[in-house]
Formats: sequence, structure tokens, C-alpha cells
Amino acid sequence: MAFNPVFCLKLSSWARALTPQTAETDAIRFLVGTQSLKYDNQIHIIDFDDENNIINKNVLLHQVGEIWHISTSPADRGVLATCYNKPSDSKVLTCAAVWRMPKELEPGSHESPDDSSSTAHSLELLCHLDDTAHGSTACVTWEPTGDGKKVISLADNHILLWDLQESSGQAVLASSASLEGKGQLKFTSGRWSPHHAGTQVATASDTTVRGWDTRSMSQIYCIENAHGQLVRDLDFNPNKQYYLASCGDDCKVKFWDTRNVTEPVKTLEEHSHWVWSIRYNHSHDQLVLTGSSDSRVILSNMVSISSEPFGHLVDDDDLSDQEERRPEEKSQEPPRDGVIATYEEHEDSVYAADWSSADPWLFASLSYDGRLVINRVPRALKYHILL
Amino acid sequence: MAAGAAGPGPGSGPGDSPEGPEAEAPERRRKAHGMLKLYYGLSEGETAGRPPGSDPLDPTDLNGAHFDPEVYLDKLRRECPLAQLMDSETDMVRQIRALDSDMQTLVYENYNKFISATDTIRKMKNDFRKMEDEMDRLATNMAVITDFSARISATLQDRHERITKLAGVHALLRKLQFLFELPSCLTKCVELGAYGQAVRYQGRARAVLQQYQHLPSFRAIQDDCQVITARLAQQLRQRFREGGSGAPEQAECVELLLALGEPAEELCAEFLEHARGRLEAELRSLEAELGPSPPAPDVLEFTDHGGSGFVGGLCQVASAYQELFAAQGPAGAEKLAAFARELGGRYFALVERRLAQEQGSGDNSLLVRALDRFHRRLRAPGALLAAAGLAEAATEIVERVARERLGHHLQGLRAAFLGCLTDVRQALAAPRLAGKEGPGLAELLANVASSILSHIKASLAAVHLFTAKEVSFSNKPYFRGEFCSQGVREGLIVGFIRSMCQTAQSFCDSPGEKGGATPPALLLLLSRLCLDYETATISYILTLTDEQFLVQDQSPVTPVSALCAEARETARRLLTHYVKVQGLVISQMLRKSVETRDWLSTLEPRNVRAVMKRVVEDTTAIDVQVGLLYEEGVRKAQSSDSSKRTFSVYSSSRQQGRYAPSYTPSAPMDTNLLSNIQKLFSERIDVFSPVEFNKVSVLTGIIKISLKTLLECVRLRTFGRFGLQQVQVDCHFLQLYLWRFVADEELVHLLLDEVVASAALRCPDPVPMEPSVVEVICERG
Repeated sequence: MAFNPVFCLKLSSWARALTPQTAETDAIRFLVGTQSLKYDNQIHIIDFDDENNIINKNVLLHQVGEIWHISTSPADRGVLATCYNKPSDSKVLTCAAVWRMPKELEPGSHESPDDSSSTAHSLELLCHLDDTAHGSTACVTWEPTGDGKKVISLADNHILLWDLQESSGQAVLASSASLEGKGQLKFTSGRWSPHHAGTQVATASDTTVRGWDTRSMSQIYCIENAHGQLVRDLDFNPNKQYYLASCGDDCKVKFWDTRNVTEPVKTLEEHSHWVWSIRYNHSHDQLVLTGSSDSRVILSNMVSISSEPFGHLVDDDDLSDQEERRPEEKSQEPPRDGVIATYEEHEDSVYAADWSSADPWLFASLSYDGRLVINRVPRALKYHILL
Repeated sequence: MAAGAAGPGPGSGPGDSPEGPEAEAPERRRKAHGMLKLYYGLSEGETAGRPPGSDPLDPTDLNGAHFDPEVYLDKLRRECPLAQLMDSETDMVRQIRALDSDMQTLVYENYNKFISATDTIRKMKNDFRKMEDEMDRLATNMAVITDFSARISATLQDRHERITKLAGVHALLRKLQFLFELPSCLTKCVELGAYGQAVRYQGRARAVLQQYQHLPSFRAIQDDCQVITARLAQQLRQRFREGGSGAPEQAECVELLLALGEPAEELCAEFLEHARGRLEAELRSLEAELGPSPPAPDVLEFTDHGGSGFVGGLCQVASAYQELFAAQGPAGAEKLAAFARELGGRYFALVERRLAQEQGSGDNSLLVRALDRFHRRLRAPGALLAAAGLAEAATEIVERVARERLGHHLQGLRAAFLGCLTDVRQALAAPRLAGKEGPGLAELLANVASSILSHIKASLAAVHLFTAKEVSFSNKPYFRGEFCSQGVREGLIVGFIRSMCQTAQSFCDSPGEKGGATPPALLLLLSRLCLDYETATISYILTLTDEQFLVQDQSPVTPVSALCAEARETARRLLTHYVKVQGLVISQMLRKSVETRDWLSTLEPRNVRAVMKRVVEDTTAIDVQVGLLYEEGVRKAQSSDSSKRTFSVYSSSRQQGRYAPSYTPSAPMDTNLLSNIQKLFSERIDVFSPVEFNKVSVLTGIIKISLKTLLECVRLRTFGRFGLQQVQVDCHFLQLYLWRFVADEELVHLLLDEVVASAALRCPDPVPMEPSVVEVICERG
């Protein structure tokens, strides 16, 4: 099936990092971090006007280095964190820092769209999440429900919980833990669970997925050999507290119940190369988005293990106007698990794909060659889920 | 002339045309007929064949009846010339003469006969006269005899009547004597043990005694008889109950008791009770044979014992019962059937227990023979006691055993297959001698294939025993239809092939993806095995099965094509998995080599890194391995100088265009770059794509996986100048050696281009090495 992308944008720079602006719930806005060793790196702020189908792009300079990972604060629209490579002659070190966008770029203060890219703004550094003793930072994840003061960063084999103190412009290392074991263990990715009052974090390192309690910084569960090869990414089901999805170099996507870590609940094998990114839809958790280095983005429907396995439950109270639609509904086949659509607009490996925080039916994907594609969930499926 | 014509002799025919007597012969005979007919009053007209035109009343016709010599002469004289007259005259004379001589001969010939006939007649006349006299005398004598006889019977009449009466009295007296002697006779019989005789006597006398019991003397006899009879019955019962005697004797006892008028109901119950006792003893002995600890006798012996002991006994009981208690009607038959059902059920339970012990053994022929005997033995009581359903139950047991055997064989085949796999594993794991590794794989494949095939054939042969003609149950509908089609074809053969595919597929899903619990060579071998099955073996096996078991059942069976598709799918999955596993091995090597090296502070490359040589070596080894089992496959036409290609291209405009993006988004994209990109991605490379069944495709898959891994790993690192140059050297080296393995060498170029380009991109100071230097290093390495 071919789906026309809603919008396709070429960034003319190499890029790996993509995130929605989590705290923004009105405008569809994505942040993309570029990756270049030779030129100054930037953060592109992509605003998508849904009604007029217009893209509005702003650029922020990020001069400290190429961006490997980017994440935004769930509380403050202007705050974001990046992991970047510090250019140095003999050594590559990935650092992390928390930044604030210039005020005028926050939504509401519209720049003139025609000339936006020519004026490059600078980021305001809030604080470094650096501790040279801990090595390269792979990933920064924010406490999803909190006030944006707590951040976890993963540096080599350490998991570090930071307390941001805006007043003093400092991040204080609240607690930390580290992974012990043979060989060089490195965290590749981590996510903060939206459940359990924000006390759980899951991390991926090599083939293992681990769960941590942020209060004691101790391991809760451990999925050994979650994937045959390296685990690249993971995400929590936003509606089911024990469900977790992971993806990795064995081309597979696996869904886990963290209460039973011996067997995956479900396994998908649709990609033909490493799967780099996996994201649950924030409101309809049957929709799962995966990006892979086979240059494809796949939208899957995992109804059977979602929080709405039988479709949306209709309230009995407002039957009056829905009664006419009922027979129609019944004639439709219940949706089954499987691929909804495969998006092949990318020509290079897709390292990041994510849902918009404002519109649950919209998602963006980013490939290495800088192409950003914004797509929409197929209309038919959308209605099916809603009705 | 008429006389001559009437003459019987051959010469009597006057030939009116002397020139051709032979030709005239039929004419003459006709004339004779005509005269006979004339004589018998038949109309002349009816005589056929008379020459037309000749008038019978013609007076000139020499042979006619109305011949008038005068007219004839007149006619001659008038009509004929002289010469003809002369001729006719001589002719006439000659004819007359001939007729004369003929007549004479006739007379001579018949003269004697006339004489003797006359004599005979005369003599007969004489004799008849004498006979008449004799007859008269006989008649008178007979009359006298009749008279005497009548007189004699009249005189004897009286006496005859008396004699008849006397004879009647005599018979009556004898009967009376018998009656009077009866008590003593009975006593003697009882004493002697001639119960049969006694019962016969008693039976004869009973009715008479019954009739005349109003007479005191008879009553006394009857009383005596009854006493004796009671004693007799007592003794018979005694004997009957003692039970030690065999079934025939018991039957005799019962028969006698019945004749004595004992109540049949009670006897029948008692009879069955006794029979039960005996049969239960048989069952107990059978059970003892089953016994838990001592090794049971072989199953054939067991069923023999059961057959002769229990089934024989049951047969005897049944036939005796039916003979004795035929008068009991359906109620009696029902009782017997219930009896047989119950005991039969227990017997079957025992047999089944015994057969269950047999499940483990491999010998089918013995089992089939035992079953055959078991089934055959039960046919007799089955026919005798249709209501008890013994034959059906027996057939059911046989069917069940047959099914279990099928299951057993399926298990056996599976076990054999797994055994083969274990052997292969061991063979693969065993330390290889130099040079021996090569032929090993193909040989192993052949071994496995032939071993499985022989196992299948053995199983088929073993199972085939069930349908052999001489086996008594082979003509049951189950064995003719369902057993063949559903049991053997579907259950055994198709089931085995399916399970084989599943077993093979399970290697793809095994959790040991990482460690490679399954040796890759085994995957390859299994894949080839499945492919062979798809192409030939499945249809061969199924044809063999269909031939051996002429399937008459109409129930749907799995078509060959479906199985083949399954096998092919399995082969494909195995091969794809093989590619993945091997690709992973090489990938890991490449990945470690990229991840662990410090690319920023590396020295100027002098050599190709050892890991690349290792990659090429491994790829070559895989190529050899795959080549043992799979055909070469097709490759795209290749340019002869492909190995000469160097990576100078990366320092050229292409790299500048593609990998040095400017930050002026408004600037138009380089058209050259665009076309390059279009070309580069005109065919999307599916890295983990399904492979075809040939060597080139397999190798292409492995190399694709490896190089894509290299690409992704390179993109995660940052390179110093020399790091980039090292990558350049390594890629050129791979280019030199890997192109020959793949179907489309352009693919290797593309991927290696990508690797070097990505490395250049990840290098803050990209100064590529001179292509000539790269070449020199690679050639040296």
C-alpha cells in the first residue's frame, strides 16, 4: 500500500535525533538535531500547520557539537536536553546538557515564516549533565509526569538521576547506579515509565532490558537476551503499566509483560534490518511505530495486547445518536494484529520516528540523510479506532 | 412300358434318349415319382419338374398312361422321313430288348425271396393254431386255481384274527412287564451310572404312568419311579455341581436333567454359573500370564492361550447352551449374550493390557499374527452370539491396536529423524581432519536421506502387514479404507513429513540465535534435505504409499503439492536462517573490529586489518560449504576488470556532492548528486531478504548482511584521517575478494561505497588515500 506522506522535508544535513515537543499539546512540533562533524550543528524546530499543510521551520544553533540524542521536557516547552559529541582531537566524548530555547521561538510568538531559516538563534545553556567520571552519555530521559526537574541520563554503564535546579543553573546528581558485569557494558537506550508514579525506568544494554526503581536505584527486573542481538530502543505502553516494547538488531520488535520476563508477549518481524526506534502512540496504544535501517517506517496495529483489545468501548449513555452506526460497525471485521502500513519515503536508514504530542494521528520519521517525513494514520483505521 | 417303369430294379428305367442315360437319370426318377403320384391319386399338376408342354394325355407319349401305339405309329409314319423311321425302329428294338433283359433279371433275383416268404407264411399259420389250444388250457387251469384260493382264505380267516389279537396282548404284556421292571431297572441303571439309559427309560414310562396313575398298581410303580428319578436327578445335579468334568459332560448332565423335567430357568442359570466359573479360571490364568513381574510370554502365545482356553470355552458353552436351552427363546438368548458380553469384556480388557505391553516392541509381524489369531478365534463365538457383539469388539480392538501401531511408527520415524540429526551434529562437531571436511557434508546429507527413507520404507512394510490378504481382519472396512488413507498415508507419512518440517523449522526459531546452538552446517544440510524432499522424495514416498496401500477411501487426503509447498517453505526458511546465522557471525566480527578500535588516533594504514582477511577466509569457507550442497546459481554479467576497481571514486566529485551538504537550504541540490542518489537507491537493498536455493544467492545474502552491519557500525564512530584511510584500505580489500561470491557485484560496490562514504562523513578531516597506494597495500596484504 502506498500512502502519500503528509509532508516531506529535506534538512540538508545528516541527522539522527528527533523528538516531539512533549509539553506542547496544541501545535504539532518536532525537534530535529543534526549531526555534522564539519559544520555547526543545529536544532531544527519543525512546526506543522495541520489545517493549511504548511511547514514552518526554525533553526537553533547548537555549536557545542553533533547531536546524537534529543529529548524535551514534559513540563516546560522551552526546555530540552541533548546528547552531543564534543569535538576533540584525540577522543570522542558524548556529553549531555539541558538547554532553553529563546522565548520568541516558543509557540504563540510567530516569526515571519518566509525567512525563518536565515535567522539562527542560539540556545541558552541551563546546565550540563556532565560528569566526566561517568563517560559518554547515550541518552537522556525526563520524568514523564513530573515538573521537569528530574532527568535520567545514561552514561556508559552508569545510570544517573539528576535534579535540575533552575535557580542555580545547576544539575545535582541525586543518585546513581551502575551496571556491573563482564566486558564493556554500555547503555544504549532508556525510557522513563509513565506509570508507578514515575518510579520506574527501563534501560537497554547489549541484549538485555533492565528495569530500575528510581527511589532506590536498584534493579527491579531484567529481561536477559531480550533480543538476539543489541537492543536499540524501548518504549512503555502509555496505558498498560506492565507492558513494554523493545526493538533491536535482530530485526524484531518484541512486546513484554514485565511481570513475566521469560517470554515475550508478542514478536513482530517485519523489518529487514536493525530496528532503531519504537514508539507507542500516546493515546491509542495499539498503534506502534517502528523505524529501521532498512529505510522503512512501519506502523503496526497491536490490538490484541493493547488496552482496548475489543475496540473502543461505547458508553451506553450516548447510544441515541450512535444506534444508526451500529450495524455498520458490526459488519466490519474486528481489526487484527499486523502491519497497517509500511512507509518507504526514506532512502537512508531511519534512526528515529516519533508521534506528535499534539495530534495522536500524526507522526514524523527521520532518516540519516536528513529527510523528515510527516505521516498520518490511515483515515479508515482512525475512524475504526474512534467509532 | 408302364411295367418297366414300375420295376424296382435299376435297369427298369427305359431311356428314351439313349444317347445320354446319365443325363436322363433325374428325368427318369421324376417320371417314376409321377407315376407313383398318379397311383395315389395326386393331381398331375402338382408334380413339379415335368417337362413343360408335354401333355399327360398325349397319346403319342411313349411313357404316358394314354399311349396309343396306332396313333404313335401313324404320327411317326406321317411326320418322319424314312431315315428317321429307321432310326426310331432300331432304337425301339434296342429298347425293347433292354427291357426284356431287365425284366428277366428282376424275376431271377426275386424268385427265391418269393419262395421263402411263402414258406414262412405257411409255417406261421400252423404254429398259431397250436398256440390257440394251449391258451385255452391255461384259462381253465387258472379258473381252478382261483377257486381253490378263495376256499383257503375263507377257512383261514378265523385263525388270522385270533393271532392278531394274541400279538396285541403280547405287546401289551411286554409293556406292562417293562413298567413293572422299571423301578429295578432304573435302580440298576443309576447304580451302574448309565444315567442316559435311566433317563430314557423314565421318559418312556412317564406318560403311561401319568395316564394310569389312578390304578393302584401303576401308582406304586410311579411312586417308586419318582423316588428313583429324584435320586437320579440328585446324582446328576451332584455331578453337575462337582464341576470337575468338562463342558461336554456338563452339557450332557444338563440335557439329562432337562429330560427329567427339571426347571429350565434354574438349570440355565446354574449352567451359566458353572461355565462362568470355568471361564473365569481361564481368565485368571491369562491374567497370571500377564502378571506384573515375570516376563510375559510373547504376545502370540498369549493370544493362543486366550484363544484356545477362553474363547474355545466360551464357544463350547455358547453352543451347548444354545442346543440345550433353545426352548428358552429370546430371553434365554439374551441371558447368554449378557453372559458372553461380560466375560468377553473382561477377556478384551486382558488382551488389551497385553497388547499395550506390546506397544513398545518393534516387531510388527508377531503382533499382527497375534491379532490375526485373536480376531480369527473370536469369529466363531461372534457368529454364534451375534447379540453379544464380540466380533465387533474384537475388530475394534484390532483397529485400536493398528492405530496405536501407526502412532508408534510415527514416533519411531520422528525418533529416527532426530537420531539422524544428532548423528549429523556429532559428525559436524567432531574434530575435522584436514581435507576431510569437504566431502563430509554431501555424504552426511546422503546418509541422512537414505537413512530416513529406509526407515520410512521399513515402517511402511511393517504397517503393511495389517492389510495383508491372509490376515483375517484385513477385509474389514476400516483396514480397506480409513486405515490406508487416513492412518497410513495421512497419519504416518504425511504426519512424519510435516513433523520433519516442523522439527527443521524449530531450528530457525530456536532461542539460541546468538550462540548458534544449531551448527550452521546442519541448517544448510536440513535445508537441502527439505528441498530434495520437495523436488522428489515426497512424491516418491507418497506414490510408494499409494501403491502399497491401494487407497479406496474417498476421504480427502493432503495433496502432494501442499506437502511440497510446505517442504519448500521449510527449506527456504532454513536457508534464510542459515544466511542470517552466518551473516551474524561475520557481522559480529566486523562490528567488534569497528567498535573496539580507536579510530581517531590510529596510525597510517600499512596493512589490511587481519579481521578483513578473516572475513574473506570465512566467506570462502562458507562458499565451499554451500557449494557442497547447492548449485552455483546465476549471477549478473560482470565486467572483467571488477577486481581492479579502486576507491578513488570517493575523492572525486561524487563524494563532494553527496557527503558535503551545505547549510544553505535554498541552494539548489546538485543535479548530479540527485541522479547519484536515484541510482544508488533505484533498487532498495533488502538486507535480510529471503534467499533462493543456490550458492550465489546464499552468499549474496551473507555478504549483504555483513556489509550493512559494517556500514551501520561505521556511522556510529568518528574517524581520524588515518582511520578513514584504514577503512578505505579494508573496503578495497573486501572489494577485491568478495565480488566473486555474489550475484550482482554492483551490490558489493554499492555497499562498500556507502561504507567508505559514511566513514568519510564521520571524519572531521577527510583526506582519502591515494588509490594507487590503497592498491599496493591490498596487493601486499
